[in-house]
Amino acid sequence: MSIRKFAFSLFALTALALPAHAKEGGGHGEAAQHWSFKGMTGTYDRAALQRGFEVYRQVCASCHSLNLLSYRNLADLGYSEDQIKAIASEYAVMDGPNDEGEMFERPARPSDRFKAPFANKKAAMYANNGAYPPDMSLLAKARHGGADYIYGIMTGYADAPENMTLMQGQYWNAAMHGNIIAMSPPLSDGMVSYEDGTEGTLHQYAMDIATFLTWAAEPHMEARKRTGLKALIFLLVFSFIMYGVKKRVWQDAH
Amino acid sequence: MASGKREPFDNAFVEWVDSRLPIFTLMVKEYRAFPTPKNFNYFWNFGAIAMVMLVLMIVTGIVLAMHYTPHATMAFNSVERIMRDVNWGWMLRYMHMNGASFFFIAVYIHIFRGMYYGSYKKPRELLWIFGVLIFLLMMATAFMGYTLPWSQMGGWAATVITNLFSAIPLVGEKLVALLWGGFSVDNPTLNRFFSLHYLLPFVILGVVVLHVWALHVTGSNNPLGIEPNGPQDTVPFHPYYTAKDTFGLSVFLILYVVVTFWFPNVFAHPDHFVQYDSMVTPPHIVPEWYFLPYYAILRSITFDIGIPFTDIVFINAKFGGVIAMFGAVIVLFFLPWFDSHPVRSARFRPWYKIALLALALDFILLGYVGMETADAVKFGIPLVYVGQICTLYYFAFFVAIVPWLSKNEKALPLPKSINDAVLAAKGA
Ligand code: HEC
Ligand code: HEM
Repeated sequence: MSIRKFAFSLFALTALALPAHAKEGGGHGEAAQHWSFKGMTGTYDRAALQRGFEVYRQVCASCHSLNLLSYRNLADLGYSEDQIKAIASEYAVMDGPNDEGEMFERPARPSDRFKAPFANKKAAMYANNGAYPPDMSLLAKARHGGADYIYGIMTGYADAPENMTLMQGQYWNAAMHGNIIAMSPPLSDGMVSYEDGTEGTLHQYAMDIATFLTWAAEPHMEARKRTGLKALIFLLVFSFIMYGVKKRVWQDAH
Repeated sequence: MASGKREPFDNAFVEWVDSRLPIFTLMVKEYRAFPTPKNFNYFWNFGAIAMVMLVLMIVTGIVLAMHYTPHATMAFNSVERIMRDVNWGWMLRYMHMNGASFFFIAVYIHIFRGMYYGSYKKPRELLWIFGVLIFLLMMATAFMGYTLPWSQMGGWAATVITNLFSAIPLVGEKLVALLWGGFSVDNPTLNRFFSLHYLLPFVILGVVVLHVWALHVTGSNNPLGIEPNGPQDTVPFHPYYTAKDTFGLSVFLILYVVVTFWFPNVFAHPDHFVQYDSMVTPPHIVPEWYFLPYYAILRSITFDIGIPFTDIVFINAKFGGVIAMFGAVIVLFFLPWFDSHPVRSARFRPWYKIALLALALDFILLGYVGMETADAVKFGIPLVYVGQICTLYYFAFFVAIVPWLSKNEKALPLPKSINDAVLAAKGA
């Protein structure tokens, strides 16, 4: 085997092994959905983001925090400054101390972080039968499968097989590692009514919340791909030119 | 350095400086006129590529450090602040994160090139030793860098690896306490790792200077492994290799850009995006991909070494694993002495070539074994056994196969000169 062939085979082997590595240890049986943000120039569907935010705010937010986000970040979803102010003001946050040394509550401002449902991890676990609802800021990156995994959890609830006994507060879920999850099915058809008239089905909710959480984990994805495209085009052109330059320089050398 | 005879420069400013410090003379001598074999293939691009990656890591790293907080309770969130709020912070972090992977890709290819074409042999032994030293320093740097975001995977990888040192007899426990700065991986550990992670790249830079200096004394090897006999065998480094290196670098950067901007987390484990919690052990702790082969070697020593059929143990399994893991890198230092065959290039050594390509596959297989859990079974074969066989071959290559071949292998006839070979290839 020539060294060239060998190097090429190595490269092919690695390319094949990489996706396998990415999948390793993944959830069980969540099928890949069609996402607007996939692909070379994929972007977040703004309407889906806004609907996903509604789902988060009305359902998930009673248990899951989103600590790394501020209300001002909602501008990415297409909300205006006034809308964001209005959304923030629905939440009361602790501030202070004031001039009299007292802590006080005030309506949240766009610069405040998303208000967490519980004061700390212990309180969250106490309210959830000892199970901890993880912070969702990075959830889409912190699990194999990302958005597909979140979609899978939302739609993966089913009756446990005969031979499996679940304890109080446990549910069978196809996507969860080990198939047992300590979260009751959070979503069902018709639970959240969408302002934009989109039909409120479980599938739709799951798609929207997964899109929203992917944005929450990776808010600069669109800028990233745009910048990458510029760098890539530059390098392609530059490589092409340098190939010509190299050929020119070498033509009389041999 | 370059003192003695000096050609004056036309430019008055350049001449003024050069007559006081002949730095321009040095550059001309080492990077323009430097006679370089004219038959390099693209494997010779990776030294320059590695150099660019090192600079890129230092530049992105310094800017990241301006925004990063090395404290156990703040590190994770400060990295997320870089990702979300710092202008272009996401780009710096992804460039640094994936830059490490591509730096290792370049250096692994660079090392393979050296082994394939026998670049480690006389008179380039010291050059090779500096290279291995760079590799070792890179590993230390990358390992400590991985703990800085204070993630589950980073923190636990640090715990597992630092714990290994406790296997060293007598001083082990003390050494671990020194690494940790206490009794567990905690804030003092993070602080000293940050300090060292900032320091080591500059040490690497220093060793790279020695490495390149040594290169410029012996001159480069080439795919034929025979020394140039005169000007007909060489070309000046500039513009010939500056043009070729720039082209090669640009192609390499295309791959780097595709990963950095479209698949920035492909090399990262999901648990790298969860904050470190010393009370929650991840189910499957894996190091970064570039350490996986060595991790597999570590885990393949599952047995104590002692006098058979007695309880006498000289080296327990844990210490044995540590020795094997570090030994796997250290053994590279001695390659020039394991292999004293007069012919350098594997092109003319069919048996060495087969053994080396087998080593490359062996190394990749080890990487695969390192990625899986310790008790994994594939096609009915427990992977520990695969790891053990691969480990055996890895060491056998260096201490048995190469020394044996070095005495017994009959090489194919060498071409008379580089120029002859190049002309023959052109005519064919
Ligand atoms: C009543 C409280 C509650 C609500 C409401 C809730 N969750 Fe959960 N969630 C939990 C708890 C508790 C867990 C931890 C389960 C476990 O560890 O088994 C959890 C776990 C999860 C997980 C799995 C995380 C993992 O470890 O892999 C996902 C995904 C998830 N929730 C998404 C959501 C989404 C999306 C919503 C809103 C539609 C939501 N949850 C609403 C309590 C809740
Ligand atoms: C920071 C990492 C490194 C940098 C920046 C670097 C840089 C370079 C450069 C610029 C060259 C000359 C160009 C070339 O031949 O490709 C070179 C040559 C060489 N390097 Fe490295 N190197 C690095 C790591 C290593 C390592 C880890 C090894 C071996 C273990 C190594 C072994 C060699 C050898 C043997 C040569 C001479 C090769 C020849 O002429 O055939 N280098 N290096």
